[in-house]
Amino acid sequence: MEFSKDMALIRPELWLTGLAMLILIVELLLKKKEVIALLSILAIAVTGFFVINSSSGIAFSGMYISDGYSMFFKILFFLSALLTILLSMRYLSQENIHYGEYYSLLLFSVLGMSFMASSNDLILLYLSTELMALSVYVLAGFKRYSPRSNEAALKYFLLGAFSSALLLYGISFIYLLTGTTNIKEIALKLSSGTSEPVLMIALLFLASAFAFKIAAVPFHMWSPDVYEGSPTPITAFMSVGPKAAGFSVIGRVFIIALGSIAVDWKVLLSILAVLTMIVGNVLAISQTNIKRMLAYSSIAHSGYALLGIIAGTPEGIASTMNYLLIYTFMNIGAFAIVIIMSRANPEGDISIGEQISDYEGLSKTEPLWAALMLIFMFSLTGIPPTAGFVGKFYLFMSVINAGYTGLAIVAVIMSAVSAYFYLRIVMLMYMKEPLKAITVSPNLSEAIATTISTGLVLIMGVAPYYFIEFARASMSL
Amino acid sequence: MGYPVLSTVIFTPVIGAMLLLLIGRRSENAIRWVSLIFTLLTFIFALPLFLNFDKTTASMQFIEVFEWIPAWNIKYYLGVDGISVLFVLLSALLGPLCVLISWNSIKEKVKEFYIALLLIEAAMIGVFCALDFFLFYIFWEAMLIPMYLIIGVWGGPRRIYSAIKFFLYTLAGSVLMLVGIIVLYFNGGNTFDIPVLMSQQLPYKLQLILFWAFFAAFAVKVPMWPLHTWLPDAHTEAPTAGSVILAGILIKMGAYGFLRFSLPLFPEATKAMAPFMLALSVIAIIYGGVICLVQTDLKRLIAYSSVSHMGFVTLGIFALNQQGLEGGILQMINHGIVTGALFLLVGIIYERSHSREISHYSGVATIMPVYAGFFMVFTLASIGLPGLNGFIGEFLIILGGFKASMLAGALAATGIIIGAAYMLWLYQRVFFQELNPKIAGYRDMDMREIITLLPLVIFVVWIGVYPNTFLGFMHESVKELITKLNS
Repeated sequence: MEFSKDMALIRPELWLTGLAMLILIVELLLKKKEVIALLSILAIAVTGFFVINSSSGIAFSGMYISDGYSMFFKILFFLSALLTILLSMRYLSQENIHYGEYYSLLLFSVLGMSFMASSNDLILLYLSTELMALSVYVLAGFKRYSPRSNEAALKYFLLGAFSSALLLYGISFIYLLTGTTNIKEIALKLSSGTSEPVLMIALLFLASAFAFKIAAVPFHMWSPDVYEGSPTPITAFMSVGPKAAGFSVIGRVFIIALGSIAVDWKVLLSILAVLTMIVGNVLAISQTNIKRMLAYSSIAHSGYALLGIIAGTPEGIASTMNYLLIYTFMNIGAFAIVIIMSRANPEGDISIGEQISDYEGLSKTEPLWAALMLIFMFSLTGIPPTAGFVGKFYLFMSVINAGYTGLAIVAVIMSAVSAYFYLRIVMLMYMKEPLKAITVSPNLSEAIATTISTGLVLIMGVAPYYFIEFARASMSL
Repeated sequence: MGYPVLSTVIFTPVIGAMLLLLIGRRSENAIRWVSLIFTLLTFIFALPLFLNFDKTTASMQFIEVFEWIPAWNIKYYLGVDGISVLFVLLSALLGPLCVLISWNSIKEKVKEFYIALLLIEAAMIGVFCALDFFLFYIFWEAMLIPMYLIIGVWGGPRRIYSAIKFFLYTLAGSVLMLVGIIVLYFNGGNTFDIPVLMSQQLPYKLQLILFWAFFAAFAVKVPMWPLHTWLPDAHTEAPTAGSVILAGILIKMGAYGFLRFSLPLFPEATKAMAPFMLALSVIAIIYGGVICLVQTDLKRLIAYSSVSHMGFVTLGIFALNQQGLEGGILQMINHGIVTGALFLLVGIIYERSHSREISHYSGVATIMPVYAGFFMVFTLASIGLPGLNGFIGEFLIILGGFKASMLAGALAATGIIIGAAYMLWLYQRVFFQELNPKIAGYRDMDMREIITLLPLVIFVVWIGVYPNTFLGFMHESVKELITKLNS
């Protein structure tokens, strides 16, 4: 009986596993890769349906937990994967890398992320993180003939393996202290104990490993290179999905398992957050490749999102979740335009349309896409009435309420700095004459993805109520 | 009156902008006409504010309240009182004039230009009507996007530099205010409701901190010396309509912010900081005026004169007495009308010559007599000739200034002399002397241009001769504000 109940609880993941494998097999038989993409979307839809209708509970002797928190993140992962698939089809054909494994790998990484959000045990957490990471390593190197893509994959893999080691090391220290890997039990054991040096070491290792996953400074070095070299849809995906997954485990491990030493990790995360915001925003200014710029911008946004975790209050966590959701749409939206703009480059490594200078005069040749890019850039800056403003506003509210006004001031000043590089894109598009007439021809799926992103960025900016309530209601850790 | 006046006034331009989206970019005349009609409609819809405003009360009028984001206790909350109502009217008045003056001068991306213009008008009016801090901040910031584009896309040669400078300066100031707003929210009982927050007494230390947080946003916007450096660049490089909006409305928002928020919310901090603010104002008056004397660029001269004039406004506000405050508010309206008109006039001649150099012009009066007449009226209004609007505002401000501090009053009075010097000298150089043969072929103002400026002339004389129409709006609100300051 116990077993069947457990199986019922992980039904979404079971379906996703089965469908991803099925797609891997079907791919061998089908020539038309678009069908595979559609099947993947269907797989996500089916899994999403089960997630929405799933019940809360704990399974497999406390290893797996299904609650509002995990549900929120799973929906976020599915949405990011969905948008990624929509943005992949034309790009992959254009780069001559349209293979079906791509989609199953994407699904497997989403599977890993789902388990991450649901892990109530450090072992499951480790395994699911690896499942996600391994799939993404391969995806990063998917442009097999491109040295940059290979470099990206290798760099990501080596550093990622290193961070996995740190994670394991941290977990073993925790086990040493508490004799358990179950998150809730760790919390119980630790609440009675004092803050020993060993625990601090464990904290340091765990924080480093997670900081790597969310690309927080000083563990961000990999991300510009990896973001630049990877196929652009994968860059878009990495900047939102795995990052949000990292936040989901940070939330669970730090707030619950290490709740008793919150004072210590709040200091640590505050330092990380300040560094991340400053370094990300400042280094983004001097970039010439738009993917690298968005990589640094993505680093900076990790810094903002950390604020809610540092606040540590239910409102704080809800604000981080809300921000990640908003960030998913605005960042994938921005990447959607980058993907639409890109052209295969027969001579070189970097696709045409990836240089920031390629955006010069875009408003003249492609007014619609320029206008959408403008919306995403202002949203990333955090200017109302876009969703980016609401997200930041919520974060600042919760962090100020928790007494960290200083952090909020750093964050707002860095937002003002970020205006410089986001607006540079707008400036190039609207205030320069086109050097070469770039025209784009997005396909239907790209148009759908962009419409979804734009629509949500604007709706969440003007009527954020339901999204805030969604984050709040899901926040029951 | 059977309609929600304020929402209608705010959203009419938005609807106009949406309509423009549907019009093909080739039909430029249709775009212009639609913009004109919608800005005129906005003005007509705003008229009840002028006609039905109850001048006997200091409380908010034309109130509209809806729940918006209940999670944070945020409301869609609009209302005007004697302090804000005139700014709404001024914004609504300048809207159609901006459309008219851009009729021929904007030739590229016409559709985008008018969309930006309409959106900025909506946001500006929203700023003056919002009674919820969140809503206020949304309008306050939303204005930046179209303004940035207006300067950067349709501006002069150094437009890109000026646009980014404008954006970064104002954004950096605003975000600090955002932190201040959130701190205020938590210390004022979890509410963004401005009237509720105003009724509360905050501890002195907190008042002081928040005063500076808000100062960052407002002082940049006014702009107060030494944060004024974005203004000459932005005003100079913006297209005429952009300059008019900047000078007419946008920089008023800073001073309005002080009046609406800093004074009633942080009365003790305001009183403590008033001498400092007076000093900054006097510096702005004198410094701005002296800089004007050495300008060789028409638009830059008028831009710097704004720094000086806004010094008068902040001087009046921080004199913290009835005369000073009323003078300050009236002078904001005056400055909006007069400097707006001067930028319109410069735009008219720039359209013909494409030069802003003062030395390029001389003897313009001989070929463009009507133009010279209009320019004279606004020059004299700017100087503060009795009988025209500038006199009333400056007189009240200096009266209030003397009451607050003899020194500040005296120094401000010298500022008026400098003002007369640079404006009259400008007039002499441009309109008199030998006609420069290079500009001999210019035609005088046409009907469209005269229609654009005529309403402003009417207001210049109206306020100058019978200011009570306008001062009457603010008496009660200013009285209430002063009681709050002294309680």
